[in-house]
Amino acid sequence: MILNGSQILAEVLVEQGVDTLFGYPGGAILNICDALYDYRDEIKQYITAHEQGASHAADGYARATGKTGVVLATSGPGATNLVTGIATAYMDSVPMVAITGNVGTSLIGRDSFQEVYIAGITMPITKHNFVVRRVEELADTLRAAFRIANTGRKGPVLVDIPKDVTAAKCEFVPGKKQGNTYVTHVSDEEIETAADIINKAERPFIYFGGGVGSAKACQDLRELMQKAEIPAAHTLMAAGIVGCDEPLNLGLMGMHGRLSANKAADKADVMIAIGTRFSDRVALNTEKFAKDATIIQIDIDPSEVNKNVAVDYSIVGDVKDILSRLLPLVDEKKHTPWIEQINQWRGEDKKPVDDPTVLKPHQIMAEISRQAGENAIYVTDVGQHQMWAAQYCRHLHSRSFLTSGGLGTMGYGYGAAIGAKIAFPNRPVIHITGDGSFHMNMNECCTAVSYNVPVITVIMNNSVLGMVRQWQTVFYNRRYSGSEPERVTDYAKVAEGFGAKGYKCENLAQFTKALEMALKDNCPVWIECVIDREEKVLPMIPGGGTIDDVMEE
Amino acid sequence: MTNKQNKQVLSILVDNHSGVLARVSSLFCQRGFNIDSLTVSNTDNPEISRITIVTEGDNQVLEQIIKQTKKLEETRNVVHLRNDESLFRELLLVKIAADHRVRREICGICEIYRAKIVDLNVSSLIVELTGSPSKIDGFMEMMKEYDILEMCRTGVTALARGGVSHGIK
Repeated sequence: MILNGSQILAEVLVEQGVDTLFGYPGGAILNICDALYDYRDEIKQYITAHEQGASHAADGYARATGKTGVVLATSGPGATNLVTGIATAYMDSVPMVAITGNVGTSLIGRDSFQEVYIAGITMPITKHNFVVRRVEELADTLRAAFRIANTGRKGPVLVDIPKDVTAAKCEFVPGKKQGNTYVTHVSDEEIETAADIINKAERPFIYFGGGVGSAKACQDLRELMQKAEIPAAHTLMAAGIVGCDEPLNLGLMGMHGRLSANKAADKADVMIAIGTRFSDRVALNTEKFAKDATIIQIDIDPSEVNKNVAVDYSIVGDVKDILSRLLPLVDEKKHTPWIEQINQWRGEDKKPVDDPTVLKPHQIMAEISRQAGENAIYVTDVGQHQMWAAQYCRHLHSRSFLTSGGLGTMGYGYGAAIGAKIAFPNRPVIHITGDGSFHMNMNECCTAVSYNVPVITVIMNNSVLGMVRQWQTVFYNRRYSGSEPERVTDYAKVAEGFGAKGYKCENLAQFTKALEMALKDNCPVWIECVIDREEKVLPMIPGGGTIDDVMEE
Repeated sequence: MTNKQNKQVLSILVDNHSGVLARVSSLFCQRGFNIDSLTVSNTDNPEISRITIVTEGDNQVLEQIIKQTKKLEETRNVVHLRNDESLFRELLLVKIAADHRVRREICGICEIYRAKIVDLNVSSLIVELTGSPSKIDGFMEMMKEYDILEMCRTGVTALARGGVSHGIK
């Protein structure tokens, strides 16, 4: 059948299983918008306040579901507004297809109105990108974009379509949904070698990351931990991949991880790193990280092997495939002295002190988890609140803690929470943010209101940029340059102005009540929590440091 | 390939698409990999281009460069061409101020290096030399004695010795 480029785009989206699209209209994509009008029953479009919000929404949708998120924007500023969202997805290996319009091919390269070379701009922050110059190439290019985004180590792909290509016509041949075409080539010998190292370990330790979730290998990992009694700690990206109810799960490790988890990493004789990349927030000192351990690394991306930390043995391939083959070769056994040692460390971990007369961050997180229940999806922005959410929320399921780990994007949370809530309307979605991050993209409240997406936003308001200020307290002799903006925003009023609801709380009883109401309100709600600006994220090991440098108060 | 430490030659086979060179050079730039020289050329397969890059780094850096380059969607293969198993060639053009007083001397050096004089006038000459990079370095060392007006080197072009063909899928 003969279709124009815009219709071909819509057809391919439907063919690839896309039923939800985030975006913002504009001149260069008018033809696409027009075609999507005819497909509005198949593809639901969510128009955000800002393209950045749309990109984070597509990302949050993708992280929560495992499907590829799709975002659409016009040329020029529309395209550049996606950049932060694309880079966020790239750093955290989130499958996303970003579609941008561009000026017509005859206008490209002439500094035309709203023209920008978005393929050049996004080259280092996409797995791949395309400029489609002929309508005949459009359908297969889009299919390739979906294949690449979802194959191997996942990530964002951008397809830039000049306006004349969206109008030009050609024969359209329907195609198939693109699956993950990755093929693992791991030999039995490799698996046996790894099993051998693990079986000889006296103090084994698993350090796992988000790659375990991407590979859908959460259950395999838990079985490995249980069968060989191997304690494990996780990165920020992997909260929930093994539930916090699993006794062998030591929790978060790294800069703000539990001291007991970091001690276990430090004293292990075998470390198995799975789906993780030894980032500078975990392997704080690459020379001394897991200094006593034989390190085995299991990851899908060969370039992650020996990138930051030299490892002793590596297996490159699909984590699920590898773990499921490793499991039968691993001895069922106990490491009682090691586990007892770790339990002693766990008992020594400093616990924050409750105080019901004010709002303590750990109590807010505990109360959120208590009320939102085990189906909750937590979405954060970036800063102190993000670390508190990682440390103190009850993480029970994978794809239920959405956070910008690699790029550290303040302003990520609201859009991502909206995307997650659209994907799972029946699960409570709690957006945990700080007053700094929230000011960046609070405008997305209008999106939540327009489509009645009842995200609950908990704003940890300490009136300062807490994480920056914490570093200034510790490393800059309390010279609070730029971190105390002294804003007087009345959040409840602003929420009402957007058509949402707002509450303000100053103690735990007020917060408990506000959250109870918010969970029943069935509309977007903001809950402002006033907290002390001296609250810190602890423990803390400075960059480049080891467990000997830990600060606990 | 040259006498300098840690020089490595990579032969990168890529799809012959516009923008591929930008992707490869952007990757090197982003990750802080050095580029000493870079050449791009056609191959016998019109769909494939060959990028030959001379870079610098220890084994760990080289491993990263190769892995990161292989990750690019349009990369077909990356081959590390080792000194003892490969042939490296470079072309030099150098313009030297030369009147009758030094012309004969320069000609003598050119003869030793089997360099050709390809342009000549009363006050200058242009020498063309093909050879391994170290041979060209040696020749240029000699030419430093004279007044060099301009020079240009193509950068290294290279192939593995023997019957191997670094497979194009």
